[in-house]
Amino acid sequence: MSVWRRLIDRAMTGVAILTVVVVLLPLFAIFAYLVYKGIGSINLAFLTQIPKPVGEPGGGMANAIVGSMVILFIASLLGVPLGIGAGVFLSEYGRNRFGDVVRFVSDVLNGVPSIVIGVVAFALIVLRQKHFSAIAGGVALAIMMVPTIARTTEQMMLLVPQAIREAAYGLGVSRWRTTISVTLRTATSGVITGVMLAFARVAGETAPLLFTTLGNQFWNRDINQPTAALSLQVYTYALSPFDDWHRQAWAGALVLIVLIVAAVSAVRFVVRRGTLAGA
Amino acid sequence: MGVGITVERLNAFYGKTQALFDINLNVAANHATALIGPSGCGKSTFIRCLNRMHETIPEARVEGAVQIGEFSVYNGTSATQLRRRVGMVFQKPNPFPTMSIYDNVAAGLKLNGVRNRKQLEGIVEKSLESAALWQEVKDSLHKKSGASLSGGQQQRLCIARALAVQPEVLLMDEPCSALDPISTGKIEELIFQLKEQYTIVIVTHNMQQAARVAEFTGFFLLGKLIEFDKTEKVFTNPSDKRTEDYVTGRFG
Repeated sequence: MSVWRRLIDRAMTGVAILTVVVVLLPLFAIFAYLVYKGIGSINLAFLTQIPKPVGEPGGGMANAIVGSMVILFIASLLGVPLGIGAGVFLSEYGRNRFGDVVRFVSDVLNGVPSIVIGVVAFALIVLRQKHFSAIAGGVALAIMMVPTIARTTEQMMLLVPQAIREAAYGLGVSRWRTTISVTLRTATSGVITGVMLAFARVAGETAPLLFTTLGNQFWNRDINQPTAALSLQVYTYALSPFDDWHRQAWAGALVLIVLIVAAVSAVRFVVRRGTLAGA
Repeated sequence: MGVGITVERLNAFYGKTQALFDINLNVAANHATALIGPSGCGKSTFIRCLNRMHETIPEARVEGAVQIGEFSVYNGTSATQLRRRVGMVFQKPNPFPTMSIYDNVAAGLKLNGVRNRKQLEGIVEKSLESAALWQEVKDSLHKKSGASLSGGQQQRLCIARALAVQPEVLLMDEPCSALDPISTGKIEELIFQLKEQYTIVIVTHNMQQAARVAEFTGFFLLGKLIEFDKTEKVFTNPSDKRTEDYVTGRFG
């Protein structure tokens, strides 16, 4: 290699590494700052107690941690099957006008501000039931999950070669069975990536929960009642005039991020364990 | 046991383009029949009409009659029913990448509702034996994915997968075109053994291969069946000038 080519090679490698650093830097900066500000307030009480009344020191966000999990569970229960179903439809049966309409609507929905979706859930569920609830919040988040999951599922299914589908047809397997047991199964790891992406995106959402789950300072075991959520608690505490609450807000944000990372890693781990050598 | 195939006045179309013209052909049971011809002459289209795989392509349609054993292919038989009797091996090995070797072979049965484990295990072993792959994979049936095997092994896995549903006819669409000579030799050997139990129709670009494995050979050109006869006759003393030009390498 000539000196010039070697020089260009080095320079390009350097640029590539630099871009990686620039992309990752904000992530690490945010995480480091959260740890720095929040770790001091995380203790057993924070993880096991409910908030104390204003002015009383101590207390925790246990109800919000559980509440967030419940709301996200409801959202996933509704949003994941709907999103995957829509994606499967788009890739296997949606190569037509109707499919194009669904794709367009889904992309528009993806761009709708989250607070608008919160208002919609408020109008559809909260107003009708006349009270706030975890269900309403779950529905709002589910609506946000659907377009992301649908479009990634569609893309992943389209990446499965036609030859794989033909192999199944050639064995006398019906079309719907092929779609579910062969095509979707082959695309599983990509579909799960889409689901995780959608999950992580809505896990930190605050706006759609403001009018739907409202928040709650106490324990609540009824999903049909106003429920605390970490993002709401962080929002409320961060806007408060109290230093103690500010510290707890940092801790809450840290716990939220750790929970998301833990959930995503757990799913990845389980999926990888089920994957065969060479697959 | 294999069954014979009768094709009468078969015409196939892709949209407005006609791909096959008035094909009449009888395939003998328990023999191998080779179809040769230059690229784009309709061999693959023809073989896909036998198990209605062409239907997976939008706008494709067929006229005429095909009889496989007691089944009238285009009259009163569902495509899925038919395909369980008429297995297919494709040009490129296409194992299910996320399934284990065992699941690949069992796929046809499992996906059609067979749940009996004893029965499945027996059939998987027998099919892999028939495809001459058992010895090579018996220790990693559940551990390895079908995609982790070599190309030649993958193709034999696909043959085992086709055999597992216990078809009567095996359609092979250029099964060796993506394989090296050693793997090709193994598959040809396999065809020799398989035709004792199955009727085999094989599309090939390799004329030596047709001469080696098949008792009967059909020559296709531009969507027409030019000549169909005993393999020996087609290669040594063809009755059509175009066949002679092709098998002696003057075109194609």
